[in-house]
Amino acid sequence: MSDTTIGKSVAANSGLLSAATLQKAVAFAVLVALLAFFSLFATNFATGANMVGIMQATAVNGVLGVAVTFVIISGGIDLSVGTMMTLTAVMAGLVLTNLGLPLPVGILAAIASGAFMGAISGAVIAKLKIPPFIATLGMMQIARGLALVFSGAKPIYFNDTPNYGLLSPESSISLLIPGLEIPNGVMIMFGIAIIASIVLNRTIIGRMIFALGSNEEAARLSGINVDNWKILTYAICGGICGIAGLIVSSRLNSAQPALGLGYELDAIAAVVIGGTSLAGGRGTVMGTIIGAFIMSVLTNGLRVMGVLEEWKIVVTGVIIIVAVFIDIVLRKRT
Amino acid sequence: MPDGSVAKPVLVDMRGIEKSFPGVRALNSVSFDLFPGEVHALMGENGAGKSTLMKILTGVYQPDAGEIRVDGTAVAIRDPHAAQALGISIIHQELFLMNHLTAAQNIFIGREPRRGLGIFVDEDQMRRDAAAIFRRMKVDIQPSAEVGQMTVARQQLVEIAKALSYNARVLIMDEPTSALNETEVEHLFAVIADLKANGVGIVYITHKMDEVKRIADRVTVMRDGQYIDTLPAATTPMSTIIQLMVGRELADQHRATGQGTKDEMLRVTGLNRGSAIRNVSFSLRKGEILGFAGLMGAGRTEVARAVFGADPIDSGTFHVRGQERRIASPADAVTQGIAYLSEDRKHFGLVTGMSVRDNITMASWFRYLKGRVFMKDGDLDRTAAEYVEKLRVKTPSVRQETRLLSGGNQQKVVIGKWLLRDCDILIFDEPTRGIDIGAKAEIYRLLEELAAQGKAIIVISSELPEVLRLSHRIAVMCEGRITGELDGRSATQEEIMTLATQRRSAAA
Repeated sequence: MSDTTIGKSVAANSGLLSAATLQKAVAFAVLVALLAFFSLFATNFATGANMVGIMQATAVNGVLGVAVTFVIISGGIDLSVGTMMTLTAVMAGLVLTNLGLPLPVGILAAIASGAFMGAISGAVIAKLKIPPFIATLGMMQIARGLALVFSGAKPIYFNDTPNYGLLSPESSISLLIPGLEIPNGVMIMFGIAIIASIVLNRTIIGRMIFALGSNEEAARLSGINVDNWKILTYAICGGICGIAGLIVSSRLNSAQPALGLGYELDAIAAVVIGGTSLAGGRGTVMGTIIGAFIMSVLTNGLRVMGVLEEWKIVVTGVIIIVAVFIDIVLRKRT
Repeated sequence: MPDGSVAKPVLVDMRGIEKSFPGVRALNSVSFDLFPGEVHALMGENGAGKSTLMKILTGVYQPDAGEIRVDGTAVAIRDPHAAQALGISIIHQELFLMNHLTAAQNIFIGREPRRGLGIFVDEDQMRRDAAAIFRRMKVDIQPSAEVGQMTVARQQLVEIAKALSYNARVLIMDEPTSALNETEVEHLFAVIADLKANGVGIVYITHKMDEVKRIADRVTVMRDGQYIDTLPAATTPMSTIIQLMVGRELADQHRATGQGTKDEMLRVTGLNRGSAIRNVSFSLRKGEILGFAGLMGAGRTEVARAVFGADPIDSGTFHVRGQERRIASPADAVTQGIAYLSEDRKHFGLVTGMSVRDNITMASWFRYLKGRVFMKDGDLDRTAAEYVEKLRVKTPSVRQETRLLSGGNQQKVVIGKWLLRDCDILIFDEPTRGIDIGAKAEIYRLLEELAAQGKAIIVISSELPEVLRLSHRIAVMCEGRITGELDGRSATQEEIMTLATQRRSAAA
């Protein structure tokens, strides 16, 4: 019985699988189409240096997108990911530059402080029953303020940590395979995405996050400690923001305390373009990464073509709406 | 036709209606007619095609073939708005009300009376009109009361009032009494009688045989998308109708046999919560089915949720298997082996977007982790398949999303979840709500099997035959108190109703 059931299950499920796959395929096709379009019509687009630039630009948004994907699948939202990234970069700066501690401690400080602040957001949401939108709106300002306070509102440079460039602009892989100049920040993004994908699909954490996002009350009435899982979800999001903080400060060789506002909206846009439902319970990390690439290819391509900066923002807005519309159309067909 | 009068013109006449969906033939040459002043019951198991037929009549779906005549004229009902213009209204089983608006605002939404050059809504007029409708229905709902603050039963009455306000000539009611208590059902029947006298034709979809006997003139039975037969309601025996619906004989109504063992599994003492639960005490034994009877709002669901730790309580103690236990959350209750199966499976029982496998295993995921980092989906698949087989869940696979299963099979999935979690105190709240007759019998058998295996079971049910069919003992509640306890083998519907309406005389 069990064998036939399981055998049949794959076949029976293929209809559903294809819907999700189709959606990701559409996003991927859009990305390929954009690349082809700009390669044909924008001179200087398809150059090695420009591709590296696109990847650099994607790394931070991609990692933040992965962070907020966790929260959005769980049925929540996190508006604080941008300023949280800044705060964690400042923490790394304090530990590395002001205290002069070794690099691994700085990395730990960034990730741990992000996870800690995320856990606070989660606790406020789970225990005080503050809606996620409000709680993380508050956290967005708290993190922004703390970043300014801790840094004295001045950039912290990483000149005393010579290896700091390893976290983003340098390309370790080019040492192994000459010519493949993929920056480390991008490799970290792919690494985070793969780990996040595995956590979401193969571990109990992911299973709980999907259950929370699909029907929180049913999960609670199944004896699941919903509050703790929520807190963990926001802590994971915060921890990943810490990694984004490391990448961005490595690229700038400094923690810029005024940076961060607006990054949260780009991250959420990448998630949505990637087909993750803002209603929760449904979504993929790979979709988010594709979404982040679509955004940076578009921005870069239009810039290379000489389109005004202002128009790029308009186009990004249109893309978000079109992406969600495609999602709705695909959903209706199944 | 019900009285053979030739002069009476047909109000609605549907002939040879066909409708297919990808992969399914939902309706196969179905015919249905309705006369003015007639209650025409439409019966059939879930999936028989009743809803599809009514969706065609109300313009939600377009038929692939067939003809619809209203007052003898062939019509195309392109959308629900066109149906409304023809005087066809439907009261859905699921409510479509705006919770933050008042009863009156809901009733007149989109066609509010105006004043002051048509700029301002005439709230007073609207309230008066709504009050008039409620008076006709003989229900005491305040037109200015917010719908979200009402019980489900009263919300449904607002929905009915809304349909009545359209002066519908054809009224389709989809299981209108499923959330009403006896008094409210009587009110509804009085309203239906009034509508009949005014020449309104009523299509009455129900699973309840006694209602058909009481109010219907004719019964049409459908099965598997086919028209089966139309019969006079008064003279056709219930067993014939049931037989036509299921296509097979059902065993006669029988009563619970035997009784539980002496082992006390659960004792609740002095439970209080505001005015919802007043000093409730009871005990539950191993192998026993304890029925909780009472009207809607008597406090049965509240007691169940309190025992399950889902709502905070003011006072009360719980003894589980002889030991006093603190139950402050569902997690506590589950640890003690107590499970609660809500009547609202879609909201509180299942994660409908997740698979049968994940739903069955979700309360036990930790056990399947066994210290590993990754979930072993193969293990979960096998376990789920085992329960699918044991409980005879009809699903193409364990990876099917639960929202695609029928009500009866969804209920079995929830039962499977708790059995896998080793829960042996099972609280069922309306276990067969929204489940068709054939599947009901199967759920009953399942509950009896579970009791025989030594589970302790509480069944909350508003259907008296169900309580009598299943319970070894029956606790009757009214206004938050237990007003009496009866032996399930000898109790009568009259005894239960007497206790269920035994309202407090002195207590505040």
